[in-house]
Amino acid sequence: MIVSTPEGQPIPGTAGQTIGPFFAFGLPYEGGNEIAHPWSPGAIVLSGTVYQGDGNPIPDAMLEVWQADADGTIPRVRGSLHRDGYGFTGFGRTGTTDDGRYLFWTRNPGPTEPGRAAFISLIVFSRGLPDKLHTRIYLPDDEAALAADPFLSSLSEAERATLIAVRTEDGGLRHDIHLQGEKETVFLAY
Amino acid sequence: MTMIEGADAPPAPESLLAAPDQATQREIVGEIEAIQAAHAKAVADGSYRGGQTLYDFPPYRSSILRHPTKNPKLVDPETIELTSPAFGQRDVAAIEADLTLQHSGEPLGERMVVRGRVLDGWGRPVRGQLVEIWQANSAGRYVHKRDQHPAPLDPNFTGAGRAITDDQGWYEFTTIKPGPYPWRNHRNAWRPAHIHFSLFGTAFTQRVITQMYFPGDPLFPLDPIYQSIPDQHDRDRLIATYDHDLTEPEFKLGYRWDIVLTGQHRTWFEPEGDH
Repeated sequence: MIVSTPEGQPIPGTAGQTIGPFFAFGLPYEGGNEIAHPWSPGAIVLSGTVYQGDGNPIPDAMLEVWQADADGTIPRVRGSLHRDGYGFTGFGRTGTTDDGRYLFWTRNPGPTEPGRAAFISLIVFSRGLPDKLHTRIYLPDDEAALAADPFLSSLSEAERATLIAVRTEDGGLRHDIHLQGEKETVFLAY
Repeated sequence: MTMIEGADAPPAPESLLAAPDQATQREIVGEIEAIQAAHAKAVADGSYRGGQTLYDFPPYRSSILRHPTKNPKLVDPETIELTSPAFGQRDVAAIEADLTLQHSGEPLGERMVVRGRVLDGWGRPVRGQLVEIWQANSAGRYVHKRDQHPAPLDPNFTGAGRAITDDQGWYEFTTIKPGPYPWRNHRNAWRPAHIHFSLFGTAFTQRVITQMYFPGDPLFPLDPIYQSIPDQHDRDRLIATYDHDLTEPEFKLGYRWDIVLTGQHRTWFEPEGDH
């Protein structure tokens, strides 16, 4: 299609389609999951498993995260596709493993506005998923900010729990994604 | 008119033999038509509240256990979601936009160029953003260990490319036209030829992964992935336009394909304010 609507007139968006099964040679890239250089000061591991409706892990999903730096600033640094080992671009991408797991090296994001609950923005793609899904991974630490968050407050306790990561003993974040089922993750529309 | 083979279809290669409980193509088309008729009715009476692509679309069999069953929560985007990762020439070399130059020899197949603009919902160019593509070769085979389709791999073709849009939002890839290929969704299932596209906008909410198709493909009505977009107008927008002015004499065929990134779950034509 060629878009010919004059500038200033609203145009409907191009519809999304499934990522399909064969994206592994095209999208994931070396270092894609190393938003922060492993073991660098402030680096943490964010990991989890992606599940389908029958409780089985999904081996052919792809996750993308986009987040603020530890002080809440939005990264404007280029080089997500070719990491230089010190710049923090805020963007990461990884496919799930054969047992449905994912792992990012990143930093704890700060809130982008003072007092707000800090979160990592996440998009899920998968074979069998007709279009992308947006969700958020909230940090569990600032309970006052989480309690005051108007969006989280609008959810049931069970729904809210699907959006808040668990702090691990080594200071990392653990967060599973359920595309369907009893623990179905809350997904977002804007 | 597309002819549909039923149970009397000739046997497929062994690796593609369907399980005995798989649906026929005719049954899949019946399911698609029923869902789309119900969708059209829901749109007409104003009760449809979803997006352009249906998540719950059982004719695409592997979606059955992987689509959310609850409606997404409408939320005001926050600062991080209204911005997007920054990419640039540091991330992508110019040569990555030519998929025919990645090996020592020329790939087999129909050489082509696809060129288009990435725009936002107000027609403004999306500048300096990342466009990625991946695709099968001219025989319909992917460079992927799980692709068991008994068609040849091409040692001179990988099928993945990247580009950064210019100041007017233009991208351009030189590649080989991909072939259609069989899959195991149902008996005698074939995907129409397509190129996968991955795009970033100026906001993370505008992120899109989609597929570009070629004009006139007889497989369109049979394909549950293409048909997971229920509106004909939305489906048409995934089809590239042949452009003879873009075709180069004795070298390659030209296609135009523009992409619009709105980041909006709902279509523009629904009334606002009832979120």
